[in-house]
Amino acid sequence: TEANAAAPKIRPISKILISNRGEIACRVIRTARKLGVRTVAVFSDPDEKSLHTQLADEAYRVGEAASSASYLRGEHILEIAKRSGAQAIHPGYGFLSESVEFAEQCQREGVIFMGPPSSAIRDMGIKSTSKAIMAAAGVPIINGYHGEDQSDECLQAEAKIIGFPLMIKAVRGGGGKGMRIAEKPEDFLTALNSARNESQKSFGDSSVLLERYVRSPRHVEVQVFADQYGDAVYLWERDCSVQRRHQKIIEEAPAPGLSEELRRELGEAAVRAAKAVGYVGAGTVEFILDKEDLSFHFMEMNTRLQVEHPISEMITGTDLVEWQIRIAAGEPLPLKQSQITRSGHAFEARIYAENPRGGFLPGAGPLRYLSTPQTSAEVRVETGVREGDEVSVHYDPMIAKLVVWGENRSQALNSLIARLGEYHISGLDTNINFLIDLASHPEFQLANVHTGFIEQHFDTLFPPISISQQQVSQAAIALVFNELQASVSNSSGSQDPFAATPNARLNYALIRNYNLKANDKVHSVDVKYNGEELQIRVDNGAWQAIKAERVQDVGRLKIRANIDSNISTYNANIDGPTVSLFLESGKLDFELVQPKFLSAQVDQLGAGGSRVVAPMPGVLEKVLVKPGDQVKKGDSLAVLIAMKMEHILKAPKDATIKSIGGAEGDNVAKGAAVITFVDEEVAAN
Amino acid sequence: RNVVSTNLLRTQTRLLHVGEANVLPSEVDKQSAEYKDNASEMGKLVTELRNLTSQVLTGGGQKANDRHTSRGKLLARERINLLLDKGSPFLELSALAGHELYGEEVVNSGGIVTGVGRVCGTECVVVANDATVKGGSYYPITVKKHLRAQEVAQENRLPCIYLVDSGGANLPRQAEVFPDKLHFGRIFYNQANMSGQGIPQIAVVMGSCTAGGAYVPAMADESIIVKKQGTIFLAGPPLVKAATGEEVSAEDLGGADLHCKTSGVTDHYAVDDEHALYLARQIVSNLNLPATNSYNDQLLQSSQANFKKDNTYVPAAVEEPRYDPLELYGIVGPNLTKSFDVREVIARIVDGSRFTEFKKLFGETLVCGFAKLYGHRVGIVGNNGVLFSDSALKGAHFIQLCAQRKIPLVFLQNITGFMVGRDAEANGIAKNGAKMVTAVACANVPKFTVIIGGSYGAGNYGMCGRAYSPRFLYMWPNSRISVMGGTQAANVLAQITQDQRKRAGKEFTDEEAQKLKAPIVEMFEAEGSPYYSTARLWDDGIIDPANTRQVLGLSLKAALNNAGHDTKFGVFRM
Repeated sequence: TEANAAAPKIRPISKILISNRGEIACRVIRTARKLGVRTVAVFSDPDEKSLHTQLADEAYRVGEAASSASYLRGEHILEIAKRSGAQAIHPGYGFLSESVEFAEQCQREGVIFMGPPSSAIRDMGIKSTSKAIMAAAGVPIINGYHGEDQSDECLQAEAKIIGFPLMIKAVRGGGGKGMRIAEKPEDFLTALNSARNESQKSFGDSSVLLERYVRSPRHVEVQVFADQYGDAVYLWERDCSVQRRHQKIIEEAPAPGLSEELRRELGEAAVRAAKAVGYVGAGTVEFILDKEDLSFHFMEMNTRLQVEHPISEMITGTDLVEWQIRIAAGEPLPLKQSQITRSGHAFEARIYAENPRGGFLPGAGPLRYLSTPQTSAEVRVETGVREGDEVSVHYDPMIAKLVVWGENRSQALNSLIARLGEYHISGLDTNINFLIDLASHPEFQLANVHTGFIEQHFDTLFPPISISQQQVSQAAIALVFNELQASVSNSSGSQDPFAATPNARLNYALIRNYNLKANDKVHSVDVKYNGEELQIRVDNGAWQAIKAERVQDVGRLKIRANIDSNISTYNANIDGPTVSLFLESGKLDFELVQPKFLSAQVDQLGAGGSRVVAPMPGVLEKVLVKPGDQVKKGDSLAVLIAMKMEHILKAPKDATIKSIGGAEGDNVAKGAAVITFVDEEVAAN
Repeated sequence: RNVVSTNLLRTQTRLLHVGEANVLPSEVDKQSAEYKDNASEMGKLVTELRNLTSQVLTGGGQKANDRHTSRGKLLARERINLLLDKGSPFLELSALAGHELYGEEVVNSGGIVTGVGRVCGTECVVVANDATVKGGSYYPITVKKHLRAQEVAQENRLPCIYLVDSGGANLPRQAEVFPDKLHFGRIFYNQANMSGQGIPQIAVVMGSCTAGGAYVPAMADESIIVKKQGTIFLAGPPLVKAATGEEVSAEDLGGADLHCKTSGVTDHYAVDDEHALYLARQIVSNLNLPATNSYNDQLLQSSQANFKKDNTYVPAAVEEPRYDPLELYGIVGPNLTKSFDVREVIARIVDGSRFTEFKKLFGETLVCGFAKLYGHRVGIVGNNGVLFSDSALKGAHFIQLCAQRKIPLVFLQNITGFMVGRDAEANGIAKNGAKMVTAVACANVPKFTVIIGGSYGAGNYGMCGRAYSPRFLYMWPNSRISVMGGTQAANVLAQITQDQRKRAGKEFTDEEAQKLKAPIVEMFEAEGSPYYSTARLWDDGIIDPANTRQVLGLSLKAALNNAGHDTKFGVFRM
C-alpha cells in the first residue's frame, strides 16, 4: 500500500494493447473506441480473420494456434506493445490476466498492466496465504484442518474450532469414498472412524482432513474496484451458483433473496479484502453463501475483470472497462460508494459450443448459421464471432454472452428466456436449449439456486425429448420453402413457367414424401401440393391444411405458418440434410433421411465399422497401436484430447490395424479417420 | 345497377391510363343465373376429370402396386418425381390414354407415363413404363403414346429419358403393335434419328427389357441399370431353354453385373431405383447442351428486360391475368350451342389480360392478336363464331405475320366449321378457307391448340387440329370433336335415306327417320366426347380450363427449345 500514498500520477492512455481474443477483446475495443483510445489486437494464426482482429485499429500476429505459442507469450506481447506505442495492456480474463510474472514484466518495461499490482495477484493466488490475510482483515473464511497430526484428540479439537456441520474427507479420497458428514459434535467420532475405515479399505491410507460443511452452498461474488490512492468500492454482488462442470453458465445481479444489510456486509467484506492486499483496478471477491443460514465465507479473489462483469454494469449503469482504463491512467475512482446505486435486475447466460445432453461435452466447429436477438439498452450480446466463423478447439468454446436487464428479477428472466429463443445457431451443438430450460425451471424462477442445482434437478432439466406433429409439419414447410427458393433461383425468374407453377401436376395433386429424423425417430411426412394450397400429413395421420408464407427477413428463412388454424412464426435454416427450426423452446434439428444408395456408396469406400473416426475435433494425444496390430473389440486404440477432456477411441470389433490417420500431437477434424482396419474381405483373399 | 357502374368506372380508369389501354375488359355478370349454371356444370365436369385421373393414377391397382414395391421398386410416377428437379412441374401427357379402350381390360394411362419435366434445369421428355399395368407390356395405345412422346421430344428438341420396366410387346396383340410403320420398331428408329440430331437418348433399366425392349437401352446414348432389378436380353430364360436347352437365371443372363462388367450394354451400375435416378440426373447435367433459354433471352432482350449496369438483365415480373381463371367455368359452360366471347377466355389466360388485337373490325368471327404468356410473346387465334371468307383471310394474314416474326401461335378452338351455302361458296369460302389451312399447315413456329368448345369439320383444320402438328393439343372437358355435330350428321343421313326412298317410290315415315337418327346421334355423342378422343391420343390430354394458362406456359417453354425456323408457305390460291 506504500505505492498508493504519493501524489496523483496521471499517465494519459491513448493506445492500449489487448492481450486477449474473442468477446472480451471486442468488449474492451468498444469502450476504448468510445473513449477515443486506440486499440492494438494480437492474434494467433487461426484468429487472423477473427472479429477482434478486424475491430482493432491495429493487429499483430502473436504466434501459432496453441495458447502457449501465442496468447501466453508475455514477452512477445510486451514487445508488440512497445513497438505499436501502446501505453497499456488490457489482459482481459484468462491467459495472462492473473500472471504475476507478466504483471512484473510490464512494470519493469514501463507498460501499464491494467490489473492489480503483481503482489496482489501473488497474495490472492496462493490459497493459504490469501486465507490468512483475509482472516487478519476480518473477512470470514471457511475453516478447515489439513494437518499431519491425525490423533483423535487433535482432530476433535480442530473440529470444535471449525464448527458443525462438518465434513471429514479422506486425503486420498475421491468420488465420495471416505467422506462423512458429522452433523453434531456427538456424531464426530463415529463418523471419523467410519471415514478412516473406508479410506483404509479403498486407498490403503486413513489420513483425513476436516472442513466446514455447507449443505447447499451458493456462489455469491462481489465486484470491487480500487484506485491507486487506496480507495475501494463495491458494485454489489452477483449470484453465480448454477454451474456445470465447475464452470458458471448463468449469472445474475443482484443475488436474489438477500437483505440489504447482508448485501452491505458482503460488499464491505469484499472491500476489506481488496484493501488488505493493496488492490488496484477491477476485482471480484468470491464467497460461499450458506443457503440455509445465509452465513458467508471468503473463497477466493479473482484479480481481473470477470466474464460476468456486464450484469454488474447493467444494474449500476457503469462501464467497468472505462473504469479500468481511467484507474490505470491514474485517475481516482469515478464514483464514491454512496454514489453507486442499484437498479433492476440483470442476467447473463453464457452460450457455449457444447452438448448438454452429452455430459456438457465441449464442442467446436463452424457457425454455419448465426442470428442474434436485437440488442438495445436492455439487451447486450457480447461476442467475438460472426456467422461463418469457427469455434476453435484451441480456445474456450464460449460463443457469446447474452446479457439482459429488467425492472425486476421476473421481468429480466422473462426477457432472458425470450431473447435466448431468438439466439439462432446451427452448425454445431450449443447449450441454448438447455439455458432456456434452465431459466424456465420453476425452482430457478423461484431463485432456489445453489451450486448443486443441475445435479438436483437433472431429471426435470433434461426431460425426454418429444417431437410434436406440429413441429414435424413446421420442418416440412421449411423444406418446401427452401426448395421453392431453389427452383426459382435456378430459373430466369417468374418468366419461367416451370418456376411459376412449382410442383404442378395435371388434374391431380403431387404428393411428396420426406423422411425426417429427430430424436432418433424417423417421421414420415407427406406434402400435398394442390396449386397454391399445401396439405401435410405426418406419420400417415390426418391431412392438415397449411397456409404459409415467407416473412420478409433478408437472407433468412422466416416462416409464418397456419397449420390447422394454429398460426406460428419461426425461423428455420437448411444446411445439407439438416433442417434446424428455431422455436420458442429453442432449436430443434431434423435430419432429412438420405437415400440408401449413399450409405451403400460409403460402405464401398470402406467405412461402416472398418475405421474409427474422431467423435469431435481435437488433438491426437496418444496412439496406442501400430499398423499390423491385432486388436480385440473394446481395446483402446488412441487418446484424443479436446477441450481438456480425454477421449479414448476404442476398437468397434476384432480387427487388424491397417493405418493410423495422424501422429501424436496432430490436430484431427471431427469425423476424420484416426484408425483404419484391414478390410476383411481383402485380407481373406 | 352495381355492375354497370363498376364497368363505367373501369372504362374511365382505362381512359385515364394509357398503360391500361390494351387490357381486355370483362363484361361478365357473375350474378346471372346463366353464369351460375355454367359454373356449376363446368365444376362437375372438372370434378369428373379429376376423379377419373385419380383412378388411373392407381396404375395396375393396389395388389399389383404392392407386389411391385415389395421388391424395392418405385412406382412409375414416383420414379419421375425423383428424377425431376425438386419443385419441377410435370406436364404429363395423355394420362387418360387407353381409357375404356380394351373392353374388360383396364390399361390405365396406356401402361406408360409420359410427359415433360425439368431435370437439372433442362426440360426433358420422360417415358416411364408402368410395370404394374399388364406387366408394362405394349398395347397398341402404349406404342402410340410412346411414339407421341418421342414426337414431342423430336419436335421440341428435348432430351429423352426412358425409365424402362416392360415385358415388351403384348403378344396377343402382336399384329397391332409389331409390324407397321408406326409400331414398335419405330421407337428405335426414332432413338437412332434423334441421337443423330443431337437429341440425347438416355435409358434407365429398372426392370425387364426383353426382346425388342432390349434395344431401348442398347440404342441409348447412355444407359443405367439397377442391380437385381434390371435385366436386358433378346430372349428370356424360358425362350433360351426352349431354343438351346441352356438353363440360366434372368440375373445371370442379363443382369446389371453382366451388362456393366462383361457385355458393356449398360454404362452405369445403380444399387437401387433412387440411385439410378440420381445417375440419370448426373447424365443430364453433363449433356453440355446449349442454354435452353437463349431464344427466350432474345425475346426478353427485345421486349421488357431491364438491364443492369453490368449488362445482365433482370426479367421483369410477369403480370398475372386481371381476372380469375376460375371464372372461365361460368363464362363457357357445357352447352356448346351457347356462344361466348373468346376475348373473355383470352383475358383469363394471358399476362395482365393484355391483348393487342389485329384487324378487330374485319372478319369478326375470328379474333386475332398479340399477347404474352409468362413474358413470352404469342399470337392468339380464337373463334367467335363460324368462319366466313373474310375471317379466314384475316386468319391467314395474321398467321403469316407470326411466321414472319417467329412468334409462337396459340389456337383457341371453338368452331362449328366454315360457312356453308350458296353465298359463301360464291364468295370462294373453299379457296379462302384453304388459304388459312395453308398458312396454319406451313407456319414454322411452335403452335399450340386448345379445344375450348366444338371442333367440327374443316374448322378443325383451319384452327390447327391434330393433323396440323401443333406442338401440343389439349381439350377442355366440355369440348366436342367430330366431323360434324351428331344432330347434323343424323339429319344428313336421314335426308339421304329419304331421297333414296323417294327415288324408289317408297315412303319414309317420321318414325323411321327417328329410328335411323337416334343411334347416329348417340354414336356421335359418344365419339365426340373428349374422353373418347384422349383415350385414343387424338390430343395430349384433357385439362381443367382454369389451368389453361399454366399448361400453355409449360408447353410454350418446352417448345421454345426448338423455336422454329423460316417459313416457306405453299401456293395461296388467290
